[in-house]
Amino acid sequence: MSMEPAVTQELAAEYGLTGEEYERARRIVGRDLTWTELGIFSVMWSEHCSYKSSRVHLKRLPTTGPQVVLGPGENAGAVDIGDGLCAVFKMESHNHPSFIEPFQGAATGVGGILRDVFTMGARPVALLNSLRFGPLSRPKNRYLFSRVVAGIAHYGNCVGVPTVGGEVYFNDIYNQNCLVNAMCVGIARSDRLFLGQAKGVGNPVMYVGAKTGRDGIHGATMASEEFGENDEKRPTVQVGDPFTEKLLIEACMELMAGDYIEGIQDMGAAGLTSSSCEMASRAGTGVEMNLDLIPCREEGMTPYEMMLSESQERMLLVARPGYEGKVREIFEKWDLEAAVVGRVTDDGMLRLLFQGRTVAEIPAHPLAEEAPRYERPMAVPDYLDALQGFDPYSLAEPKDMGAVLKALLASPTIASKEWVYRQYDHMVQVNTVVAPGSDAAVLRIRKDGEDTGRYLALTTDCNSRYVMLNPYTGAALTVAECARNVVASGARPLGITDCMNFASPERPEVMWQFAMAVEGITDACVALDTPVVSGNVSLYNETLGLGIYPTPTIGMVGLIENGRQPVTADFKDDGDIIVLVGTTNDDLGGSEYLAVWHSRELGIPPQLDLAMARRTNDAVLRLMDTGCVKSCHDAAEGGLAVTLAESAIAGGIGCQVGLDSRGVLRRDAVLFAESPSRFVLTVAPANRDIMAETLGESGVPFAEIGWVRGDRVQMGIDRKLTVDVSLAELAAAWRDAIPRALEGGNTP
Amino acid sequence: MTIGIVVFPGSNCDHDVEHVIGRVCGAKTRFLWHKETSLEGISAVVLPGGFSYGDYLRCGAIARVSPIMEEVRRFARQGRPVVGICNGFQVLVEAGILPGALVRNASLNFICRPVSLRVERTDSPYTTGYLERQVVNFPIAHADGNFQADAETLRRLEGEGRVAFRYCAPDGRVDPAANPNGSLGNIAGIFGTTRNVLGLMPHPERNAEGALGDASGRPFFAGLLNHLAEVTA
Repeated sequence: MSMEPAVTQELAAEYGLTGEEYERARRIVGRDLTWTELGIFSVMWSEHCSYKSSRVHLKRLPTTGPQVVLGPGENAGAVDIGDGLCAVFKMESHNHPSFIEPFQGAATGVGGILRDVFTMGARPVALLNSLRFGPLSRPKNRYLFSRVVAGIAHYGNCVGVPTVGGEVYFNDIYNQNCLVNAMCVGIARSDRLFLGQAKGVGNPVMYVGAKTGRDGIHGATMASEEFGENDEKRPTVQVGDPFTEKLLIEACMELMAGDYIEGIQDMGAAGLTSSSCEMASRAGTGVEMNLDLIPCREEGMTPYEMMLSESQERMLLVARPGYEGKVREIFEKWDLEAAVVGRVTDDGMLRLLFQGRTVAEIPAHPLAEEAPRYERPMAVPDYLDALQGFDPYSLAEPKDMGAVLKALLASPTIASKEWVYRQYDHMVQVNTVVAPGSDAAVLRIRKDGEDTGRYLALTTDCNSRYVMLNPYTGAALTVAECARNVVASGARPLGITDCMNFASPERPEVMWQFAMAVEGITDACVALDTPVVSGNVSLYNETLGLGIYPTPTIGMVGLIENGRQPVTADFKDDGDIIVLVGTTNDDLGGSEYLAVWHSRELGIPPQLDLAMARRTNDAVLRLMDTGCVKSCHDAAEGGLAVTLAESAIAGGIGCQVGLDSRGVLRRDAVLFAESPSRFVLTVAPANRDIMAETLGESGVPFAEIGWVRGDRVQMGIDRKLTVDVSLAELAAAWRDAIPRALEGGNTP
Repeated sequence: MTIGIVVFPGSNCDHDVEHVIGRVCGAKTRFLWHKETSLEGISAVVLPGGFSYGDYLRCGAIARVSPIMEEVRRFARQGRPVVGICNGFQVLVEAGILPGALVRNASLNFICRPVSLRVERTDSPYTTGYLERQVVNFPIAHADGNFQADAETLRRLEGEGRVAFRYCAPDGRVDPAANPNGSLGNIAGIFGTTRNVLGLMPHPERNAEGALGDASGRPFFAGLLNHLAEVTA
């Protein structure tokens, strides 16, 4: 240990602690820090682990409601899904590692979020991914995109958890910072949730799973910095082993079927450090560990390396007294390590022993919870006035609206993501009722193997262009769109997880974006009754001073119950009546149409009336209760025209619709405006009256706009045929766009 | 009558097969841990899909030396039903219980999607519930399902009527366009020298219930159970 450097303020600064933070750490331990302690403070107080810039804002989010079984603060949150079951879910970012090494970065992102869910006692039943890349015209982006998808497939397919949904957006702003957000959903008995708490003084602390190696040391610190020009950060990226994770899932499920443990937590960011001090902090206890007992992959590992390693597929648990043997027996059956490495104490300290010496002794609660919190300065960005002041009607209206529609369908953000989800096993576990490609993925819920007649609807979304143009409205629109996705599938929204991807919090305009986005999420969640039960913050998504668009990704869980059946987006039968629920306004600001056709990302995003959003969702669900809705699709990017075309392509049958400008809208707005709170649904002609009656009673605007028919997509405006394209042509544009772009061809 | 479902470390369709045979079809099942060495009381053996040992080497290359595989080999030689689905097929091939090889898909990517299959024979324990040349829909989910064999082996498989299922168009046409992975002769599944042993890449258990599709995978398991009932009767 003579090799250890003396800890000074200068050294602490190299490890990312400010002078003030270093002094605070010294005050907490009451003396100079040891080198191991410095490492522990530097990771625990990194932005990634401590949320030091974001906490003051996040506390405003609504987190309660009758459906909430467990709110934020544990490894994942949970909502009630009936029959004594709950859905346990969370979304997390793995942006920085995925940009450095896309395959392993994405794979370990999946592995980490799985552990957050099964550590709660929930069997993981679904994975979703929200991805952002620069355009596929650049070779680097094609590499990142295809390797991220391969990494997700590698991990998810092998562990046997279906990857059922998500989204992919492409925009220049992600050229130097791709985003990889992974969400996992599990199902547990509500009365058998396991928490990350080191309860019971004297109880044995056990290490289970894979051995500890030297990989990923300071991963959390790396993820709390922006990228520079020639950084070599590859060694901070961990390597995932989905096979071991699969064994770990099965061993934990077997363990949790009995009453052998008091608490358990996965070793994610900051590994052994965060799991031990957080478990002690939550239980108001201390944890003492003898590091000589840690199962190590390599010889000669120092306490510093062991405490900071982010080796994957490991968990820390507190066993009930006398059950150490039982725990060991289960893990040995699955060929996994299981070792008693310490015990729970009553002195509130995280104490680490190594070769007979105490190498660290830190009060656990202050370490976990008393990182400095910053109210960082905020400022309205100066770009906003110029961008928002733009009037889309100042642009010339395109002549050939059919060509615009085709271009939109072929833009990679809107185009079919089949190339992606084909590579994911989305069917394993035999619960997937609605596969990827519809508005939300739908899974049947089984209890002890038996169908409950209920279904989960899952979706993720974020239109970051809207958030850039107006963080408050953009974030609220994101929540509202998630809710529409879930409702279009027949489900009532239950709750959300948020994954806040932003640039450097040290820039006042980024902190302003953050605060406004939290405000928007808060108001939307209150209005739509979807509390936030878990979440994650990823800051410093910026390179050489250029930050990403603020991207607060939302993952939402909804429930289909009371006999309502899942609904899909595809048109079903010739002659069905097409109904537009909601009103189209001239909401072209920030639209995909402006971006794709006019190469402009500006304007004012659509105004969102949250009360109307709620009313519209409720009306659609009520109509679905009558059983007469044959298809339903939410109108989003690309507007009404793209929505209709997507339903037609998915159903393999065309449509004839007549739309109305009401004398105020331009034709491009009628077709491509992205006004919120709109659905396109179909009913059989025989059910026209019940449809009109049910929607009429609800007081939301709706109109019959046409029929499912033929092999062309035809749209008229004010009785003038405006779009008339063969379905086959549109389908080809939509299907082939991403495969063609990956071949290195031109992207629109 | 108990159906044994072998669990290798990394098997991940074991619970799905158990659900379909046990709950949907109402038969008795038992998970067989790969370290077990007896098949006593077992009427048929299923090797389920998944990634045995992570499949970090050739798929199935490690699972084939698991202790239980000696018993499975003996069981198969006795003429009793052994079926390998997806990874289970790969294990049977690696173990030499079935001929040929399953190599990387022609696209080089993992593929998960529904496919149509033509039932080539109805005189096996698994296919009595189908009509000859019936088209069924079992999804595939694999990276290494491209069936290859030398010319002599292929000639024998075809000549002896040992091709169980072929990838086909929804109307039953067997053509290259309906081949998802490059398999010779659009072969999706083959029998052993006797038809008690079957290996197939597609997953009948993923389409055995109305909630998930047209349930055309259900007669696969119902047929096996009927066969066993007749044999024991």
